[in-house]
Amino acid sequence: MRKLALSDEILLQVDKPARYIGGEVNAVQKDKEKVEIRFAMCFPDVYEIGMSHLGIQILYDLFNRREDVWCERVYSPWPDLDRLLRERQIPLFALESQDPIREFDFLGITLQYEMCYTNVLQILDLSRIPLLAEERTWEDPIVIGGGPCAYNPEPLADFFDLFYIGEGETVYDDLLDLYKKCREERCSREEFLRRAAGIPGIYAPSLYEASYCGDGRLASFAPVKEGIPKKVAKQAAVNLGETSYPEKPVVPFIKVTQDRVVLEIQRGCIRGCRFCQAGMIYRPTRERELEKLKEYAWKMLKNTGHEEISLSSLSSSDYSDLSGIVNFLIDEFQDQKINISLPSLRIDAFSLDVMSKVQDVRKSSLTFAPEAGSQRMRNVINKGLTEEDILTGARQAFRGGWNKVKLYFMLGLPWETEEDRKEIARLADRIAREFYEIPKEERSGRCQITVSTSFFVPKPFTPFQWAGMFPAGDYLGFARTVNHEMKEMLNHKSIRYNWHEADVTLLEGALARGDRRLGKVILSAYQKGALFDAWTEFWDFDRWLAAFEETGLSLEFYTLRERDPQELLPWDFIDIGVTKDFLIREWEKAAKGETTRNCRAGCSGCGAAKYGGGVCYEGKN
Amino acid sequence: MKVRIKFSKLGSMKFIGHLDLMRYFQKAMRRAGIDVAFTEGLSPHMIMSFASPLGVGLTSEGEYMDLELGTLLSSQELTDALNRVGCEGILVTGAWQIPEGKANKAMTLVAAADYTLRFRRGYAPKGDWQSGISHFFASDSIRVWKKTKKSEKEVDIRPMIYRMSVQSGTVSLQLAAGSAANLKPELVMDAYLESIGEEPKPFAYEIHRCELYADLGQESRRRLVPLSELGKEMVREAEHG
Repeated sequence: MRKLALSDEILLQVDKPARYIGGEVNAVQKDKEKVEIRFAMCFPDVYEIGMSHLGIQILYDLFNRREDVWCERVYSPWPDLDRLLRERQIPLFALESQDPIREFDFLGITLQYEMCYTNVLQILDLSRIPLLAEERTWEDPIVIGGGPCAYNPEPLADFFDLFYIGEGETVYDDLLDLYKKCREERCSREEFLRRAAGIPGIYAPSLYEASYCGDGRLASFAPVKEGIPKKVAKQAAVNLGETSYPEKPVVPFIKVTQDRVVLEIQRGCIRGCRFCQAGMIYRPTRERELEKLKEYAWKMLKNTGHEEISLSSLSSSDYSDLSGIVNFLIDEFQDQKINISLPSLRIDAFSLDVMSKVQDVRKSSLTFAPEAGSQRMRNVINKGLTEEDILTGARQAFRGGWNKVKLYFMLGLPWETEEDRKEIARLADRIAREFYEIPKEERSGRCQITVSTSFFVPKPFTPFQWAGMFPAGDYLGFARTVNHEMKEMLNHKSIRYNWHEADVTLLEGALARGDRRLGKVILSAYQKGALFDAWTEFWDFDRWLAAFEETGLSLEFYTLRERDPQELLPWDFIDIGVTKDFLIREWEKAAKGETTRNCRAGCSGCGAAKYGGGVCYEGKN
Repeated sequence: MKVRIKFSKLGSMKFIGHLDLMRYFQKAMRRAGIDVAFTEGLSPHMIMSFASPLGVGLTSEGEYMDLELGTLLSSQELTDALNRVGCEGILVTGAWQIPEGKANKAMTLVAAADYTLRFRRGYAPKGDWQSGISHFFASDSIRVWKKTKKSEKEVDIRPMIYRMSVQSGTVSLQLAAGSAANLKPELVMDAYLESIGEEPKPFAYEIHRCELYADLGQESRRRLVPLSELGKEMVREAEHG
């Protein structure tokens, strides 16, 4: 039997000990003496969240296919265990071998949201790896970050040896091979990092230097040595059919957030919403073939025993053969009592038909994400959804027996006016009217419309990356405007309105577009106890405000300021394929309320075509 | 067809709670391609029930689960199929066909359980703690405060202790189990330690469940039979030939 890193006494004291024991079905066990590279793959949040992430499953599977690599998993210990590990000086360990992380060659950390940054420091700290990359030696693993937040890695530059910009399927082999070679040749750690920086997509922050203007803006950003690339090019797996897919994902003992088989049907999005980072960084849109997807569905259900399967992608309705994959799942698996969970689809006759087949219409709710209340604002953000689409979809749904609708909007968008905010309430009311226009005897009870708003956070590599944010008080004022207008509506009794806190939004905004000076703020906030910032029960804005104060940096500088398109941005050294010229064009069109067609309707010349695949080449040979 | 399987829950599997173990078996059945029958209704689920939930922290080699199969399988086929897709620490050790009817469900039948209990390293009281056990077991009544959801009340646990002995530091216990009367081994041991003037400590015991029994006795005479013996081996025609 595997020996556990933690004693029974500790495991019996903490909540959900199964988070820490490993040994799940399909977890990969290898002989550590027979592998050359040990890779600890980390999602810096609690097990149930981390285990639900498809990207890690893909990399775990990919690495473990190599005989010379053993990839294991590690997640953030929950605060109850965190305290015990510190008290008893037990080092953080990987789930499979239960060996200390510090013994590993690599610690790979996926960065899915900014609010996990203090958890990154917790992982390093509990692993007894120096928090600052410059203090590490060959006694420590190479700490490498990836994922969407790596598209602006600068706030974390002090803590990482390397970042991987782009999709993991492409150059990880090269990096692992280089590591083996360098260790054989007894290279210094610095030499390894220097050579790694030569691999496309790999960014070694210690080999670059930033300088700042008197007013705090970035003045220059450049490699410190000859031979280090000035630009780091995003890696994309151009042909998804040639990449591997995890056919035997690990099956957790405890219920995790995503307790099901997940089929990624496509990567990228053709829509080009101007606020959306995923819609830009994952370009070009690439689909997986239907036949492959069918094969994966069969194998994964067989290998996991999950009783549910779901589809994953951005804007799933744009997958060319959506009816093919959905009908396949219904035809093949519904008899086996396997639940089919649909992603959020554009509401139309097709989606209503399939939804009525896989869920209980009376219990389930429909989701619309108009993102903005007025048509003018929807044009500004390039959300290709008209009021007519929404009302028609709602009408069809109400006639089909649904009476619950969820609506998602953003507040604090650039060029948004008071009138636009009020339109959120009015749109909700017009949807309710669609319901009450159905003759009484043909509808059931009343409708329930839930409106949620979040505050917009400008993200790097979007047309809105230059946008200014607002002080917390203004954000709450925006929400009050919506709330007040709601109460004026005829159908206000059928509408519920929720909004979020504003201070998390501001911190997220600062970290998203920050530069490497913010590393000091993150470190200071962590030392003041900030951890699990994404969890409302642990969130404490005062720690962060104190950290900004202590380091002399200004939260307002990073959030409130609208950037000039000429300004050098901290992430400009990364090349995502989509050009800055295109983003500027989109920013200018947004100001005029002009829309841009989606990739399938016609190319707008964003630059992603240089990857040589995906939607850019559909129908061309 | 009603089937009972017996399994062990060992090593780190002791940290898997009852509901998660149920989920584990539901997924294992699907991986093994076993045709478990489903309940009718809006949210169908596999017809499956455990004899007696095992607390987190305990290991066992005497766990039972009843299920309903749609297809005939031999005991060997069922056992092998589940072990092929299982994880380390969960081992199916037998399968039997059992009679239909609610009265034959393991959950209804279970009446007693065997346990062994040892002190974790470093937790045993100093000096001779073992020799008082036979005297403790011989007492007419053992009154302890038992916590329920609402209150605490004093109960006599002696009638629920069927056997208690010790050998080389391992305490063997046979205790009432099931819905009518259920006694936890740690409660007995705590009471014993208090009776000899030792203070019970949390996390002190390593407890292992060995077997679960039905009571086939008449009136007040107990006749305990392991749950496995109430079923019959499943054999398929082909296996004879």
